[in-house]
Amino acid sequence: MTHSPPPGTSTAAPFTASELEAIRAQFPILQREVQGHPLVYLDSAATAQKPHRVIGAESSFYTTANAAVHRGAHTLAGEATELYEDARLTIARFLKVDDNEVVFTSHATEALNLIAYALGNASLGMGGAAAAPYALTPGDEIVTTELEHHANLIPWQELAARTGATLRHIPVRDDGALDVEVARSVIGERTRVLALSHVSNVTGQVSPLAQLVPLARAVGALVVLDSCQAAPHVPLHPRELDVDLAVFSGHKLYGPTGIGVLYGRAEVLDALPPFLYGGSMITTVTLEKAEYLPSPQRFEPGTPRIAQAVGLAEAVRFVDGLGLDRIAASEHALGQRLRDGLAAIPGVRLLGTDPAAPTVALASVVVDGVHAHDAGQFLDDRGIAARVGHHCAQPLHRRLGATASLRLSAAVHTTAEEVELALEAVAGIRSFFGADDDAEGSTP
Amino acid sequence: MSALEQLYQQIILDHSKHPHGVGLEVGEETSHQRNPVCGDEITLALRWNAAGDRIEAIAWEGAGCSISQSSASLLATLAEESADEGSPWTTEEFAALIEEFREALRSRGAIPLDEERFGDAAALSGVSKYVARVKCAMLAWVAAEDLLTRRA
Repeated sequence: MTHSPPPGTSTAAPFTASELEAIRAQFPILQREVQGHPLVYLDSAATAQKPHRVIGAESSFYTTANAAVHRGAHTLAGEATELYEDARLTIARFLKVDDNEVVFTSHATEALNLIAYALGNASLGMGGAAAAPYALTPGDEIVTTELEHHANLIPWQELAARTGATLRHIPVRDDGALDVEVARSVIGERTRVLALSHVSNVTGQVSPLAQLVPLARAVGALVVLDSCQAAPHVPLHPRELDVDLAVFSGHKLYGPTGIGVLYGRAEVLDALPPFLYGGSMITTVTLEKAEYLPSPQRFEPGTPRIAQAVGLAEAVRFVDGLGLDRIAASEHALGQRLRDGLAAIPGVRLLGTDPAAPTVALASVVVDGVHAHDAGQFLDDRGIAARVGHHCAQPLHRRLGATASLRLSAAVHTTAEEVELALEAVAGIRSFFGADDDAEGSTP
Repeated sequence: MSALEQLYQQIILDHSKHPHGVGLEVGEETSHQRNPVCGDEITLALRWNAAGDRIEAIAWEGAGCSISQSSASLLATLAEESADEGSPWTTEEFAALIEEFREALRSRGAIPLDEERFGDAAALSGVSKYVARVKCAMLAWVAAEDLLTRRA
């Protein structure tokens, strides 16, 4: 099975052995042992490990420049504000967008909720004439997909319930790919929002955005992209992808926890009413009412995640320094070997097998006769960190005939030897649990 | 024996593959317990004697990892053995046993399950070194405790 690399990443050279060694040396956690083995961290899709410089940037902010931003006339307040806004600029350049189009949130989940709640507030008549075009009414349709992470599903379920809009789904085919043919009939005149994943957090397959986004554009629907699993692996340029809003989490991009990013087209962000209310987001406040600043401040009430933003900017510089094209080239070879190796193990079923889909280095499997939790424990005993469960994607697992799966996901520091160790371990699961010595072993 | 082999002793793998006590009756009072972390599910019923003061059997249905499923099976086996020996558990005896089981499993390997008291279920001692798996092993026992509490 040959998978193409993700779009826009085709020509770069993978890291050499010495480059990879130098990259690994930047991750202090890779020095530790687990269960008497060197750590093999293959759970980067859940959260990425942090290089020294990211940990240092966050620590250094607290050590030398900590202060509240956007207020106060003292020197530290000025320096902290500069660092915070410089972080926003760094993210904006990374995305090739303007800095007022970058909103910091606590995590990607909050970013998605922010969009859903802002649309809900517009539907209540808040935000005046500017927000009116975004109001949803009964009969309007929100389209999401069967493979979404719960964070890009439940906020839309709740928005539909609040507004009377109808929630519809683009179905998933047996091979884990979004069904573009059916999408043509799901997305229609009443579609107001299309919310979908950039890359599936279960199959690692890149969504066919070039085919799906124009369908939404043709009917004037807002396009919301969940790029959490894309941002660490492929160049993320929302304008080139022609989406209105995109979100990703900082901690999956080698940054700190507690920070997410919302990109929104300036026109959309400035028109939408706020979601959370409080200080730092207003122009004039009376006892009766308030007026709000434009984006991004209108969506960042309260003291923001300053140290986290500084840390995330350092993570982005780390990724930029290596080059996402080279990261993608290296990970592509690992991902290919991982998928092929897993698919070749008897009694192991790979989830997501569309030969046409580009993939990132992430694969999930069901081990026949062994529950995913037990399989994960077996890997942990060899120092291999993998994710088990439904990965917050219950509808997709149900669709693919599984209750849980074992997920292996690579990162910039993953070596070919680590992938081989993982494949060898997965190949040993069924015999350890006795699943290969009786005929009744079936997937629990 | 490695820690992993202590966790997954043959008794546990056998009970997981050939579970004991499976099968609920329609209308029976049950407790349904879920472990949302890994999706384990157990629905369990206590079967009382005619006087209603002693447990004659434990029945259950469920799905999940080998630890959660074997633990339910081993609990059903233990209840049946006690009844067969002419000493079915009273509410108090069973509640004390559940508490003892919990204490051992939460001990991070410090307190092994007493084989005299727990029989084959003592094989679950190895779970206590794996904090993340204690909830799996407790699931059936928590369901039983829930039913005892409701009755009290």
